[in-house]
Amino acid sequence: MWLMRPLQERSTRIFLGVLFASLALVSVLHVFMPQDSALYVSAYTVTLLGKYLCYALLAVAVDLVWGYLGILSLGHGAFFALGGYAMGMYLMRQIGDRGVYGDPLLPDFMVFLNWQELPWYWLGFDMAWFAFVMVLLAPGILALVFGFLAFRSRVTGVYLSIITQALTFALMLAFFRNEMGLGGNNGLTDFKDMLGFDLRTDATRLGLFIATGIALAMGYLICRGIVTSKLGRVSVACRDAEARTRFLGYRVERVQLFVFVVSAMLAGVAGALYVPQVGIINPSEFSPLFSIEVVVWVALGGRATLYGAVIGAILVNYGKTVFTGIMPDAWLFALGGLFVLVTVFLPKGIAGLLFKPRKSSDASNTPPAKEATA
Amino acid sequence: MSILQELTNRDRVFEFLAPAQSPVDVRHGPILYLEDVNVSFDGFKAINNLNLTIDDGELRCIIGPNGAGKTTMMDIITGKTRPDTGSVWFGSRHNLLTLSEPDIASLGIGRKFQKPTVFEALTVFENLELAMAADKRVFPTLTALMTPEYRDRIDEVLEMIGLKELRQALAGILSHGQKQWLEIGMLLMQKPRLLLVDEPVAGMTEQEMERTAELLTSLAGKQSVVVVEHDMGFVRSIARKVTVLHQGSVLAEGSMDQVSNDPEVIKVYLGEEA
Amino acid sequence: MGIFRLLSHLLLTVFVLYPGLVQAQVDDSEAQQLLTSLAESSFAEKKEVVNQIAGSGDERARGWLESFASNKLGRIESSGQFIIVLENRGRDWTVESALTGENLGEISRRDIDTVRVNNALRNELESILSVLDLKSPEEHNRLTAARALKGSVDGVLAERLPELMSDEKSDSVRAALTEALAIYQVEEQGDVAAVATLSGSLNSQARAALQQAMRSDDAALVAAATKAMASIEQKLKLNRAAETLYFGLSLGSVLMLAAIGLAITFGVMGVINMAHGELIMLGAYTTWGMQQLLPGQPGLALILSIPAGFLVAALAGIAIERTVIQHLKGRPLETLLATFGVSLILQQLVRTVISPLNRTVITPDWMSGSVMINEALSLTLNRLYVIGFALVVFAGLMLIMRKTRLGLEVRAVTQNRAMARSMGIKATKVDILTFALGSGVAGLAGVALSQITNVGPNLGQAYIIDSFMVVVFGGVGNLWGTLLAGMTLGTINQLLEPWAGAVLAKIMVLVFIILFIQKRPRGLFPQKGRAAEG
Repeated sequence: MWLMRPLQERSTRIFLGVLFASLALVSVLHVFMPQDSALYVSAYTVTLLGKYLCYALLAVAVDLVWGYLGILSLGHGAFFALGGYAMGMYLMRQIGDRGVYGDPLLPDFMVFLNWQELPWYWLGFDMAWFAFVMVLLAPGILALVFGFLAFRSRVTGVYLSIITQALTFALMLAFFRNEMGLGGNNGLTDFKDMLGFDLRTDATRLGLFIATGIALAMGYLICRGIVTSKLGRVSVACRDAEARTRFLGYRVERVQLFVFVVSAMLAGVAGALYVPQVGIINPSEFSPLFSIEVVVWVALGGRATLYGAVIGAILVNYGKTVFTGIMPDAWLFALGGLFVLVTVFLPKGIAGLLFKPRKSSDASNTPPAKEATA
Repeated sequence: MSILQELTNRDRVFEFLAPAQSPVDVRHGPILYLEDVNVSFDGFKAINNLNLTIDDGELRCIIGPNGAGKTTMMDIITGKTRPDTGSVWFGSRHNLLTLSEPDIASLGIGRKFQKPTVFEALTVFENLELAMAADKRVFPTLTALMTPEYRDRIDEVLEMIGLKELRQALAGILSHGQKQWLEIGMLLMQKPRLLLVDEPVAGMTEQEMERTAELLTSLAGKQSVVVVEHDMGFVRSIARKVTVLHQGSVLAEGSMDQVSNDPEVIKVYLGEEA
Repeated sequence: MGIFRLLSHLLLTVFVLYPGLVQAQVDDSEAQQLLTSLAESSFAEKKEVVNQIAGSGDERARGWLESFASNKLGRIESSGQFIIVLENRGRDWTVESALTGENLGEISRRDIDTVRVNNALRNELESILSVLDLKSPEEHNRLTAARALKGSVDGVLAERLPELMSDEKSDSVRAALTEALAIYQVEEQGDVAAVATLSGSLNSQARAALQQAMRSDDAALVAAATKAMASIEQKLKLNRAAETLYFGLSLGSVLMLAAIGLAITFGVMGVINMAHGELIMLGAYTTWGMQQLLPGQPGLALILSIPAGFLVAALAGIAIERTVIQHLKGRPLETLLATFGVSLILQQLVRTVISPLNRTVITPDWMSGSVMINEALSLTLNRLYVIGFALVVFAGLMLIMRKTRLGLEVRAVTQNRAMARSMGIKATKVDILTFALGSGVAGLAGVALSQITNVGPNLGQAYIIDSFMVVVFGGVGNLWGTLLAGMTLGTINQLLEPWAGAVLAKIMVLVFIILFIQKRPRGLFPQKGRAAEG
């Protein structure tokens, strides 16, 4: 099976090994170390690491389309946020009558806005299975419609990047509106519990962290499975010589659409796992800045490697945590500088520095420059 | 809205009814048939009332000075460029003007580009694998497995194009001539009914040229081959029938000797080169 | 109250009926006498004096009555000299002589007896003054006064107006008076005939009068008023459309200005400069800086900012091109990322060095205010200037592209870089110059934007996505496309705004473009030919 194929690869085994070892280590240090020990990992840190893993999964999704398909999406934050909102809606309905206004049905912000009944699109979100399906479907359908329109008319390159950015920008504006019925400016927050577990307990937090790790592992396997299949090689072919691929008889737009939708769904899962850990989802996740930041994580880690995306996401976000703690003003300088330095001096990212491409069979290491007009 | 228009306006059968996979019908004559084709770019007439017929199994050479419309003609046949007027038929069943590039490719028209275009980030083997005639839809491609028969077929072609030792090399590191060969190999993998070959010997040594000539002539008969070439020696060595294009239309057609004695041709083309 | 009114009407009648009273000057002693009686008589008597003064025909009379109405007419206790207070802040007041107009400097306010006025009197003064203005030899004054009368005509004045109208030589003044009278007639008398006069009027008082008439019991009046109202609504709709169009064009020219530099660099180099918005911001901050350097002369500073803003942004653009973009040749997506990094740095730089808060850029006097087209439509001057400026910049760019060597080379490189290079065009030099030009135009956009929006570190971000949309919509390498796209998007946005709200309008425009790109993936004016298909 195509999903099992990557398990034969050394790089995948190493990646999964390191990932599961880290999950285990953090869990052990959190549960068994005394709180005053230097090795103790606090619940706060566990959640922080969980957040990094969500970002890592998002970065893997972006790398799948950018690295292997040559589509620079500046709107993946939108899929992440949609997944997050789907989860957020479930968590809102789980609050029940424990909200500030105590309304058994309506979330607080609707009571505040004097709404009388639940909008139709909130129906069903009281059921976990429905919400979890929507976590995949909401971003998936958006990606399907958007991708269908864009790829069919052969919008590629810079043009595509710009309209993905416009897409997430438009969604941000829309979600800021109270009339959307999704909390407007403030978004969804004050979550209480999930699947019956209290979100504020350390055990739940650890559970979410481990779940995120497993999701990352599965997402990685799916992406790796795609890129090592023949379809992955067709993707690379589309990336480097779209017209040529078409003349071989492949429907480039369908390949692009398939990979794009898979990537959007993975981003949605990342968003869904992110929301219960940070406790809030608001329209700022749609901001173009966030989406483009994700791209620089991938660029730093090394594009078209997948594990590079994970490394980049964790490194940049760790840097952000440290930086914004010490000197918040300097963070944007650092981030801006990172954009410039990585693209100019580190085109292959950290992965390119660490591992010289050993054998030609891992074909996709160096995407050659495409014609500017392509 | 645009989708609706597509459903209603296009004089094309729905995709699920499209005869894309049905065999090419050559019982009634030529395999490729171009009639009164016109294309202009911003007022410049690249193709001007072009009429061209290629018979099944024929090897045809097309020559003509720069800007004669040779590459544009190939673009039209493969669906990259849509003509302003005219009709283009593949056999007597398939109207190429209503089909997309992948459809045309899966009907059995293979194309080698003027500038060799191979997938540089993939290995020679993988390049051939992608070109191989197979189910090229998304999910079959995702689950496709490399069977021994496929491997044999690829090996066979690798042997034919002389790149057996380089099978695991990235196509990006090949020399210009090797890339030409690889692209010809990809054409062979496609098992096309009609091969469109744009300047196959540019950048090749004498020896390589000879082998290319051999290969192309051996293909003719089973498959139809259209070669666009500048190298007159090469054309002379393979050509049975030559078409001369000039300013987007056919100037002369016939054997190499007939054509090279045509005063018109000498004036506009051979005369300049001599 | 009643008696004042009666008296005033009586006297007004006298004054209007006997224009012979309106003669040239009164001599100073007479004037002193009039003012003294104004100061000393009771409020009831003052009315009469006011009318005497008004009827005197003295050119100073208006000034006296005006200052009297606003508590600024006074008498120096010691000398009995009448004065007009020019400046009444603080302990010492600046005054001038009421009779000679001579500036008397500052006088302690304790030495001044203000001539007292009450509200009833003040109301009367208003209409007396306006009638006085209607007699002014200056047409402009008469027109202003006539317009002010709309909705404030009373019975006595109404009787006198026909006469004033027949004496009136100016058509526009007479029209205004006719309308003022008609408003009175409709409002107070329910005069059906007068309704016709108001048909098509854009005055809000006229509309109020008609609305009142529509509620009356008189069926004929209601019918006439309804009809007149309909014609007014029609006209108002037109005016609103014109206003929307104006706002649309104004927004459109801003978009065009912001996008056109981007279109040039994108067309020539195939790269998107994400820092373009920040170059706009630099232009706006240059204007602010200029005004800091030249305090008190905002107009001069603004004019100097035009070349300065161009230069600052162009230099910044060259710096970006040399340090970042030239290293990323042929990698458009990486260029997009790197320039985004530059934009973050520039934003943070402005926040750190200047301030994270918005700066105030002063709008010079000659740019503030508005042009009144009619009573329902007035165009703000600053936007008018921005439209003009945008068109001038567009024309200038057009000239550069069509008539200069640089323009020719730029067009050549846009169409086919390799070919242009082989023809001996130094593509690198063209790149630098194009980038400088495109960035400089961004600076100009910034200077213009500083006049209609807040100048802050986020200024560029607010416009960058819109500019992209304009470029995508208009197509690359065609300035007309950018112009048309900018204007179209601006107008669509303004058209949608009234019924969809600003945010929804913006969303709809974005969605529109995403759909548009389906039909025309390369914009309104795509480049054609083999070179463009790559």
